[in-house]
Amino acid sequence: MIDVRLLTEQFEPGQFIGAFTAAHPGLGGICSFVGEVRGAGGVEALELSHYAPLTLPGMAALAQTASDRFGLMGILILHRTGQMAPGEPIVCVSAASTHRRAAFDAVDYAMDHLKSQSWFWKREKRAGQWHWIEPRADDYADLSRWD
Amino acid sequence: MAAKLVFLGRLADIAGMTERAVATGPLETILADLPPELAVALLGERIRLALNGELLVSHGGIVLGEGDELAFLPPVSGG
Repeated sequence: MIDVRLLTEQFEPGQFIGAFTAAHPGLGGICSFVGEVRGAGGVEALELSHYAPLTLPGMAALAQTASDRFGLMGILILHRTGQMAPGEPIVCVSAASTHRRAAFDAVDYAMDHLKSQSWFWKREKRAGQWHWIEPRADDYADLSRWD
Repeated sequence: MAAKLVFLGRLADIAGMTERAVATGPLETILADLPPELAVALLGERIRLALNGELLVSHGGIVLGEGDELAFLPPVSGG
């Protein structure tokens, strides 16, 4: 099962992971990653904007590619948009497979691609001012691990 | 008679809006009618374009027709 969603409101990752797990009887393992908004550096809020015609289709294509590449039983990709506070979940990826290695690798792969190739623009508020976040060189380096 | 430009990320700040209705026609003509600062930003070499939801490989010879939507996409900052 491939389940990919953009969420506009705060979400509880465990609820989605629980339902995703229940949808895959006979699995060998689930690996899940939850990313949260960092509060370091005086960040007061984070805002993610997206472009609807590209963002969700791109995430769906990534989910399909990861599923095929690692032979998954299923993959769940959730991503927030809109304004978030530090400590709120922003992304959740779960992979279900018959063996653990595929699940670990698929989540790692999906996160590296989400971080560097998905259509999101991010800005953070510090001391009452919004600042756009530039792409990080590390994100591209992480991506190159999968070439 | 109208097409739409969509501005993502910091381009929306420069434009002061997230989208703008424009007259149909060649992109060069449309850009010439925009504030110069915005037109320069939209033409940046790292800006990618999507026409009606499809990424464009080549940015030359674009002509917008009735109902077309052209999005200007700066480098993504990651999810």
